[in-house]
Amino acid sequence: MSKPQSTAGNKKTRFPSSTGFSGSALPWRIAGFSVLILVSILLCIALGSVPIALDKTARVLLDALRGIRAAGDMETTIILTIRLPRVLGVFLVGASLSICGAAMQGLLRNPLADGATLGVSAGASLGAMLAILFGISLPLMPLAGTALVAVLFAFLSLMLVLSLAYALDRSLATSTIILIGVIYTMFMGSLMSLLISFSGSKLRSITFWTMGSLSGTGYGEVIFLSVALLVCGSVLLLSSRELDAFAMGEDNAHNIGVSVKQVKLRVMIFVSILIGVSVSIGGTIGFVGLVIPHISRLIIGPSHRRLLPASIVLGGVFLLFCDLLARTLLSPIELPLGVVTSLIGAVFFLVILIRSRRRMA
Amino acid sequence: MLSVRKLSVSYLDFDAVSDVSLELESGQWLMLAGPNGAGKSTIIKAISNSLKFDGQVLVAGQDVTRLSSRQLALHMAVLQQSHAVGFAFTVEELVRFGRYAHQRRFSHSDPRGRELVNEAIAVCGLSAIRTQNVLTLSGGELQRAFLAQAFAQDAPLLLLDEPASHLDMTYQQTLFELIATWLKTKGRGVISVVHDLQLARRYGSHALLLNQGRLVASGSMDAVFTRDNLQSVYGMDVNAWLNWLHAPWLDGQNGDDSVYSSGIRKE
Repeated sequence: MSKPQSTAGNKKTRFPSSTGFSGSALPWRIAGFSVLILVSILLCIALGSVPIALDKTARVLLDALRGIRAAGDMETTIILTIRLPRVLGVFLVGASLSICGAAMQGLLRNPLADGATLGVSAGASLGAMLAILFGISLPLMPLAGTALVAVLFAFLSLMLVLSLAYALDRSLATSTIILIGVIYTMFMGSLMSLLISFSGSKLRSITFWTMGSLSGTGYGEVIFLSVALLVCGSVLLLSSRELDAFAMGEDNAHNIGVSVKQVKLRVMIFVSILIGVSVSIGGTIGFVGLVIPHISRLIIGPSHRRLLPASIVLGGVFLLFCDLLARTLLSPIELPLGVVTSLIGAVFFLVILIRSRRRMA
Repeated sequence: MLSVRKLSVSYLDFDAVSDVSLELESGQWLMLAGPNGAGKSTIIKAISNSLKFDGQVLVAGQDVTRLSSRQLALHMAVLQQSHAVGFAFTVEELVRFGRYAHQRRFSHSDPRGRELVNEAIAVCGLSAIRTQNVLTLSGGELQRAFLAQAFAQDAPLLLLDEPASHLDMTYQQTLFELIATWLKTKGRGVISVVHDLQLARRYGSHALLLNQGRLVASGSMDAVFTRDNLQSVYGMDVNAWLNWLHAPWLDGQNGDDSVYSSGIRKE
């Protein structure tokens, strides 16, 4: 039997080391990502309406890490009580939204899927708003009540949007999902506007929050976000191979041995938790989960074993610099973070659409 | 190696498959034939436990509905007609996905994996394009890549759902020859859905003829593909049509026009 010959030798596409049986580049990647995170955090703490020297910033942070009680000057106070928790919060929210976007895109085989485009963030925002309006909170855990309702609404929104899209189009085509997501987001947006206009001063104060902002983030929020990212991120990372399999279609995933329903439910639950927690703390910050996985895929290839960690790092770093822009661009006026990410994201979204249309043509 | 007993599948009020039973022994290539809507693909989906069904499907003596997806994938590999490829994985990565069921969650150790993946890539003629982006492959190349994935899965039973229906003749031949060679190893069996009865006759060892979800005939190729059986299922003289269609024509003959008379040919 003769072996068939390829006729397509001139269109090879190589990716940085394939998802091989070994990962010799791993230590270098970890080192590179760590340096990127540390430098970005240091820069974003030092820069702001009150610029602080980099060496001073580094010294204060190192002292704090070693448990040395810092001198109570103004710069130290700004670094440790205002900027550090905010910067950490921003990084964690960016990382969370980004890994969620990557996971959803993999699960739905849809490069335009994201918490914002699917209406999950909008659902979580409405949930958080209702929790604030009705004062839902858990004893001893002031953040958990709002987050819990936001998570619940995020999950229900995801189920609802996907069920509606499935009912309309069994193949779950990109355009159908995005269309339903956009309609759902608009519907949630109008409900939120209605709530704000009828709630008096109680919710008007959080209008800024709905546009996305992490100003005033404290260490409580940072710990809450860290735990959520650690738990949900680990579960998603452990689902990397299954997400890879989903890229070849659900039927193929089933045929090679993936428990399709189980994986789908698991990913949707943990994505909802992470988006719910992020939104309950940072508000609606759109497009991070869309833009970052896309860029990460271009840099590092589609394998989720590399894509998910890369999305965490790049998502966190991207949001750090968006937040830096938000608080320095028109200083002392602070722009809502969601506005900055949406401005960048909308342009990017358009570029993806144009590119995919061209490819189809 | 496979036993299907009284299989029935219904979609809402429509009976897609009714009371179909079949047996497959190792070394056999069973061809599922019949017109569109006969229930051929539904049987493949039921055997691979991809849809709900009544009756029983036993693979190596085990009920498929009681096996996990992973266990099932160790028993059978499925090659579909068309594929939905989402992201720019390489051919090698796609083939390697076939090893999923053999790997544990926390330890990806799979000593035979590399060897089998390399072998599948070589056998299917994909060596030159192993690092190529799957989104850029032609239909035939993609189908070969998925066949290599099925080979790498290393399951004794191979289910094929119209694997070559949209491929040109060269790729059809390649695909069927690859599968025929694969089947020569002891302990393996193949079930495939085919529309092309000539292909079915050349490569199959046994056949099962279906019409509107019901079994019409099963057994050896000659016993199933009789003039009467095919006439009752397709409502036309299939033998005459195929004889006319496939008669030697390169040497100038047009086939026996006296045997087959369609409204199109005879004026």
